Amino acid sequence: MDWLQILSNTGSSILSPATLAYALAALGLAVHFGYAGLLNMGIAGFMAIGAYGYAISILTFGFPWWGGVLVGLVGAVIFALILGIPTLRLRGDYLAIVTIAAAEVLRLLFLTTAFDEVTGSADGLSGYHSSFRDANPIPQGTYGFGPWEYNETQWWVRIMGIITLAFAILLVWSLMRSPWGRVLKGIREDEDAVRALGKNVFSYKLQALIIGGVIAAAGGIVYALPSAISPGVYVTSLTFFVWTALLLGGAATVFGPVIGAVIFWVIQTLLSNVLPAMVQAGVLPFMSSIQAQTLRFVLVGVALMLIVIFRPQGILGNKKELTFVK
Amino acid sequence: MSSSDQTPPVAREKSTGLHTGEIKPGVAKVDPVIVMDGIQRRFGGLTAVDVDHLEIPRNAITALIGPNGAGKTTLFNLLTGFDKPDQGEWSFDGRSISGVPAFKVAQRGQVRTFQLTKALGLLTVLENMKLGAKNQTGERFLPSLFPFLWRAQDEKIEAKAEVILKKFKLDAKSDDFAASLSGGQRKLLEMARALMSDPTLVMLDEPMAGVNPALTQSLLDHILDLKDEGMTVLFVEHDMHMVRHIADWVVVMAEGKVVAEGPPDAVMKDPAVIDAYLGAHQDVDLGVVTGRIPDPSGTGKKAAEQIEAEYEAEVDAEVKAEKRKKK
Repeated sequence: MDWLQILSNTGSSILSPATLAYALAALGLAVHFGYAGLLNMGIAGFMAIGAYGYAISILTFGFPWWGGVLVGLVGAVIFALILGIPTLRLRGDYLAIVTIAAAEVLRLLFLTTAFDEVTGSADGLSGYHSSFRDANPIPQGTYGFGPWEYNETQWWVRIMGIITLAFAILLVWSLMRSPWGRVLKGIREDEDAVRALGKNVFSYKLQALIIGGVIAAAGGIVYALPSAISPGVYVTSLTFFVWTALLLGGAATVFGPVIGAVIFWVIQTLLSNVLPAMVQAGVLPFMSSIQAQTLRFVLVGVALMLIVIFRPQGILGNKKELTFVK
Repeated sequence: MSSSDQTPPVAREKSTGLHTGEIKPGVAKVDPVIVMDGIQRRFGGLTAVDVDHLEIPRNAITALIGPNGAGKTTLFNLLTGFDKPDQGEWSFDGRSISGVPAFKVAQRGQVRTFQLTKALGLLTVLENMKLGAKNQTGERFLPSLFPFLWRAQDEKIEAKAEVILKKFKLDAKSDDFAASLSGGQRKLLEMARALMSDPTLVMLDEPMAGVNPALTQSLLDHILDLKDEGMTVLFVEHDMHMVRHIADWVVVMAEGKVVAEGPPDAVMKDPAVIDAYLGAHQDVDLGVVTGRIPDPSGTGKKAAEQIEAEYEAEVDAEVKAEKRKKK
């Protein structure tokens, strides 16, 4: 086994666009679930809106890259409104069902051949990078050290991802320490009590759905920045991976989702490198290397179960503030 | 807590002269804060609330009593916008609030508590209190991002919250999660939180349920204080001692209708009320009624005998009816 290569790949995953995208999506989900108590099971839908909104507006309408970003984010606002206005009056578990269905509807719309010219259906979209890369101020070359050695384009993607993430963290942090966040946390506990105190609960929930959705859509855009968009990415299992990252870090925390996403991807990368290597080295004689690749998803499922049972508040969370057992 | 820091209870005068004209259900009040007309709420075939006309007097303590299932809590929910009636009109402070959503009703100065206490357990006691304040700049989305816009107001609210918490003897707990409070303390917190909005009308749904006797006394004083501060109180309660002690006006509901209203002493002698709700032996110790405690005056024994006699008469009547049916 080439341990150096494995460790290098693993270390590299800390700064990968996928990690940044997961961190953003998990942060959006923290606003939904951790602070507002909205059981959103359609976070993959919000990410898809961001990614497709970005790529389609560049490819089909010739927008510059920042125009594409705006379209992606505004798309998430509209999606949140469409999703929220009829469903936020529902109780938590019903919202979960509706959101999971809405995300699937969205994915199938992007997948269907009816809109092939715009969405690329099963092939997805690619080749929308020129505007974003033209805006890159970094001179050509390779920078960094160790596992974090990237060329100018790779750095540009990562830097923009990190700036977006930092901005989102600042936004969520300043919202949650304000009286606005206090109302939201009250709603998480008991809507009727907050309603009896004269707060427009529906409006707050809608605002939370929009903000979380926009942050998740930003995650979708960061996910799409380095290479291409494939409809196979924005499936329900993406939603559950983001949930795993969120619960791992701590749902009602600002930095928890970020730490959770990093740990999630570090472990994912490590396992996807180690397990096939172990098969090749004959340590796991009962499975092929393809099976070994899939085994990591089984382990993710097991990890999610263990977190929820034994550490429901996540790594950073306060057990008194958030548990699933009431 | 020593007894010396508690002021001895002072007998407070009851408000009188609240109504105009003859006392009967639906009597007009001198200065009503709530006026209801023809309110009906049906759940399927059951008419839970059917109130023709009812006025709640301002700056007085009104008790809403009645047997279980009389529609008291449903009426509460209707008045506060948590439920919508099938028909009817009602106004608060001279303005119609029919069909107004719950949060707007609360903003207009009519706050309520719940029968099953709704302390927000995973917020601290102080956060619970601050949530109660109205018109907070920092609760709007954009201003919330800029602390300099709301910090001063927030500090004012915090100071006010601390004063109220002190009064309710919860100040030592202000940084604890509300989930760590006892049931009685949660009742206190819910009431204290409602006061943060400077309401015109406070509606308390069974404020004494599950509260120990010593705490009951201080809760009663708090409720009386509300009146002194110019607020109106409407509460649902089953504890007749409390109703007698603090209520200026009593409204009795049974099967969704207002069957009687009036000053407490008069209402509780009303045969209709005794029949529908209080029962004939409300003043007798339960132990005396069951014969487990000897009763020097003999009233208890008499009561027990009377109950037995009534019971037997009822059984007899039923048996006779059965026989008649069989024939």
